[in-house]
Amino acid sequence: MLLITCPFCGPRDESEFACGGEAHIVRPADPAALTDAQWADYLFMRKNVKGVHFERWMHSHGCRRWFNAARDTVTHQFLAFYKMGEQAPDIAPVSYTARPAPRTDPALPADPALHTDREGAR
Amino acid sequence: MPMLKPPPRLGGYPGKAPRLKRYSIVELARNARGHHEGWWEAWRSPEPKPRYDVVIVGGGGHGLATAYYLAKEHNIRNVAVIERGWLGGGNTGRNTTIVRSNYLQDESAALYEKSLQLFEGLSADLNYNVMFSPRGLLALCHTPHELREAQRRCHAMRLNAIDSEMVTLDGLKAMVPVLDLSGSKRYPVLGGLLQRRGGVARHDAVAWGFARGADAFGVDIIQNCEVTGIRREGDRVTGVETTRGFIGAGKVAVVAAGHTTTLADMVGLRLPIHSHPLQALVSEPVKPLLPCVVMSAQVHVYLSQSDKGEVVMGAGIDLFQSYGQRGSLPVLEGQLAAACELFPVLSRLRMLRTWAGIVDICPDASPVIAKTPIEGFYVNGGWGTGGFKATPGSGYVFAHTIARNEPHALNARYGLERFSGGLLIDEHAAAGVAH
Repeated sequence: MLLITCPFCGPRDESEFACGGEAHIVRPADPAALTDAQWADYLFMRKNVKGVHFERWMHSHGCRRWFNAARDTVTHQFLAFYKMGEQAPDIAPVSYTARPAPRTDPALPADPALHTDREGAR
Repeated sequence: MPMLKPPPRLGGYPGKAPRLKRYSIVELARNARGHHEGWWEAWRSPEPKPRYDVVIVGGGGHGLATAYYLAKEHNIRNVAVIERGWLGGGNTGRNTTIVRSNYLQDESAALYEKSLQLFEGLSADLNYNVMFSPRGLLALCHTPHELREAQRRCHAMRLNAIDSEMVTLDGLKAMVPVLDLSGSKRYPVLGGLLQRRGGVARHDAVAWGFARGADAFGVDIIQNCEVTGIRREGDRVTGVETTRGFIGAGKVAVVAAGHTTTLADMVGLRLPIHSHPLQALVSEPVKPLLPCVVMSAQVHVYLSQSDKGEVVMGAGIDLFQSYGQRGSLPVLEGQLAAACELFPVLSRLRMLRTWAGIVDICPDASPVIAKTPIEGFYVNGGWGTGGFKATPGSGYVFAHTIARNEPHALNARYGLERFSGGLLIDEHAAAGVAH
């Protein structure tokens, strides 16, 4: 269960909210001038960040207003809430990808120490 | 289906492929005498070679099926399947094991029907019991509109030569006596759409059977090996960086449901896919109660009973994007309420476990099975909440796509072009299936 802080109403239960997906997507000023690929990019292509994700939420069973949030998509922890039209806060990205093995002979067995910073270990 | 050219050879397997040791009643008797402690390992755990013709990223059912059909149908055996965790530890081991092909759109019907047909012969083909149980799959209708939609889907399926029939209330009462047909509910049951050939299969066994089959063809299955980068030269991929070093590859095929975009990001490819948690839960075991799979898209739950007697339940996704493999309680609450609405007899059942998998969802609820603008880079993902049923079919058509560098007739429409071309395969809107 998530506890979500609506910038207008304060902290409320997740069940009062609807998630609207990626934030800060700007509708093209002149859609007719776009190619099909550009229009498809606007319509369908989305960031699917493993880490800090900026997204829209709506307090649908409350004030019914939209706002933005920054949330870690692995831990589900909210890092910031801010109103529509405001700048996204400067939050350092998090990487959940393991460190690559050093460039050695690939035939050699891997160093088990490299397996430590994995998702399962968190 | 177009005439097929003979498969191009990408180079043979260096050395002798291990012989498949077959399971049989003789072996069963032999091992029974040894208290079943002498069974051989079903597949090897080799060290990665410096280079493969094809590297498949993702050792779930789809990835292993792809490797199996690459070797079996296309004679490409210098193949590695790289898995970050353990085989079938992702969505393959987290789904509710339902197999069906009751789709409205022609493209979906053809693909999932191919998969269902492969499921029907899979245990014999793999010499591995995948416990496919075509016990029937019943989709309930709760409104007159839904009933008409189901009737339409029933006709569409028959036109695609897929078995399908409408079931009346009397039929439902005879089939599933514990279903509440009193008509007193907010969403009373009005009828159902039945696919008798649908059912369930053992999800782990599907992954293990394909792994064993692929291994016997000489495919290297490398577990505990995470891909951390994809190396490119110009517009061509040359291999993958992993936690066990660089592995060269003629072709790289991503079959990592949930993490498709994470891998596509490594080559700068944007995909219309987002990842969400999909939760499921299982009850304590009880006596036989549900003779078939029962689904309801309206109150949104799907249930089946495992061979152990547990009631296995699933429903919809959590609406926020996540890689966390867990979801929120309100979603479970909703599906349990739906289950109790349909089956009041379940209301005192205790739940044993809940879990979540990370499913990747396309805007049209249909997968992407395609080559990409980057040469030698192939993507199979976006299966949403219904990938398990497609496991053999997905592997079959994806192996064809990789081997011939062009899609099979069954997945020709499942390319990335459909998003810019306006040719979505819109199962979200069309089929009324539980996505």
